[in-house]
Amino acid sequence: MLRDITLGQYYQTESVIHRLDPRVKLGGTLLYIVSLFVFNHFLGYIVAAVFLGIVIRLSHVPFRFMVKGMKAILFLMLITVGFNLFLTPGEVLVRFWIFKITKEGLKLAVNMAIRLVMLVIGSSVMTLTTTPNNLTDGMEKMLRPLRVLRVPVHEVAMMMSIALRFIPILMEETDKIMKAQIARGADFESGNILQRARAMVPLLVPLFISAFRRANDLAMAMEARCYRGGDGRTKMKPLVYHKRDGAAYLCILLYLAAGIAAGNLGRALGL
Amino acid sequence: MSIILDHVNYIYGGGTPLERKALDDICLQIPDGQFVGIIGHTGSGKSTLMQHMNGLLKATSGHIYFNGEDIYEKDYDMKKLRSKVGLVFQYPEHQLFEVDVFSDVCFGPKNLGLDKKEVQLRAFDALQKVGLPMDLYYQSPFDLSGGQKRRAAIAGVLAMNPEVLILDEPTAGLDPRGRDEILGQIRQLQRQTHMTVLLVSHSMEDVAEYVDRIIVMNRGAVLYDDEPKEVFAHYKELEKVGLAAPQVTYILHELKKRGLAVDVNATTVQEAADTVCAALRDRRK
Repeated sequence: MLRDITLGQYYQTESVIHRLDPRVKLGGTLLYIVSLFVFNHFLGYIVAAVFLGIVIRLSHVPFRFMVKGMKAILFLMLITVGFNLFLTPGEVLVRFWIFKITKEGLKLAVNMAIRLVMLVIGSSVMTLTTTPNNLTDGMEKMLRPLRVLRVPVHEVAMMMSIALRFIPILMEETDKIMKAQIARGADFESGNILQRARAMVPLLVPLFISAFRRANDLAMAMEARCYRGGDGRTKMKPLVYHKRDGAAYLCILLYLAAGIAAGNLGRALGL
Repeated sequence: MSIILDHVNYIYGGGTPLERKALDDICLQIPDGQFVGIIGHTGSGKSTLMQHMNGLLKATSGHIYFNGEDIYEKDYDMKKLRSKVGLVFQYPEHQLFEVDVFSDVCFGPKNLGLDKKEVQLRAFDALQKVGLPMDLYYQSPFDLSGGQKRRAAIAGVLAMNPEVLILDEPTAGLDPRGRDEILGQIRQLQRQTHMTVLLVSHSMEDVAEYVDRIIVMNRGAVLYDDEPKEVFAHYKELEKVGLAAPQVTYILHELKKRGLAVDVNATTVQEAADTVCAALRDRRK
């Protein structure tokens, strides 16, 4: 029912990308997203697309899994492209009724679409190749300097990993309660919006209660194992950089340089 | 007037690497008024089977007939089926949501579109049947004890006046006393109303005392389908699939092996005690 949300789902397989340190993948993804907005020449986008293609090939994740994530942002993308297309002032190309498409608008819309597509696919590669636990571990370690500013880094990371862990559990629970109420004659599918919203009450109340109960149990279990926050806490599998992680950082830097160079080259040649 | 399952198959996650056959060619006939125990290890497909009987899951292939009508027929009224086949899930107390017990039990009959008076009559009747003390009717369901919550939830299904009552592990997580009380009440109910009852459990002990027939499930298929004593005669095979016959079966077989002329087909503690006493009396003669 709610099972096919890929954005943020791990794909189990064996690859170089899977083995990379999560910090590399986090940092790399961040740099990649920034680079998409810094490059403003189509030659730069080609470099970005080629880089993404190579990473996808290396990750051994079937391409259709990346595209699945696109469905979720299709609506957002349509709005963005639409706004850019119709609302950018400049040299008018086409005009009908109150709408007009300008040259600048068209360019901006195409740029925006390319950026968004590659942004979503790029971050999908990260989440598809990194387990949620690894991801939060990496985040915790990367953000550790913020502790000086009294940001509760460990607590936030712990909350995130717990939240991620609970998603499938709560989904299963929803399924179960839904079935139980359907067996009692509940109807979640027909009626107008108001009726449907009211029909959700028998689903939501038990779901919230069960979430609280589970949270309570988990807190108890953590305390029973002497959990008392991040201070002095060690890891069973500490994150350690390997040679391949250094190589990956190098690749990312090379990619950035190539992208910028390609853009400059393109402009110099007047393309 | 019965439930008939005709070559029912169910495949989980078809088309993905996680594909698994949850039900494998199930053929069953359950006549009216029978008290049936369905036994199987975790993951044997018993809960999946139950969800087919009121149309919550649709078989990948095969047919299910309820009172002679194919429930997969296009214009078959699923809502009516669900009112006729009441399904009590595992840990049914997790589905309680209303402000008080009585309104929660009203939820089922209200969904059937009955008028208010009839709804309240049925709810009251159902709560009486499960033996919940009357002073709890207007308390929040969340203030009740575990056993009381479970009864309230079972009443919620009973209030729909089903012809068939399916209970999925109704005693899970209860203490022995709560277990005996609930099972005793179900049996009493079955005797009074002659409704068909399907009791799903992983414990032979639970069902041996109460049911007319036992269906043993293993890996999505029916392994045995017979009277309790016939099924327990296979106690060695049952062990191989991770199940056990009631303890009395083991004791009686052991006694017989040591030369006491007992009847190994006794299924309940009472019957076992009787046959042991009789055997000892014979021996003294």
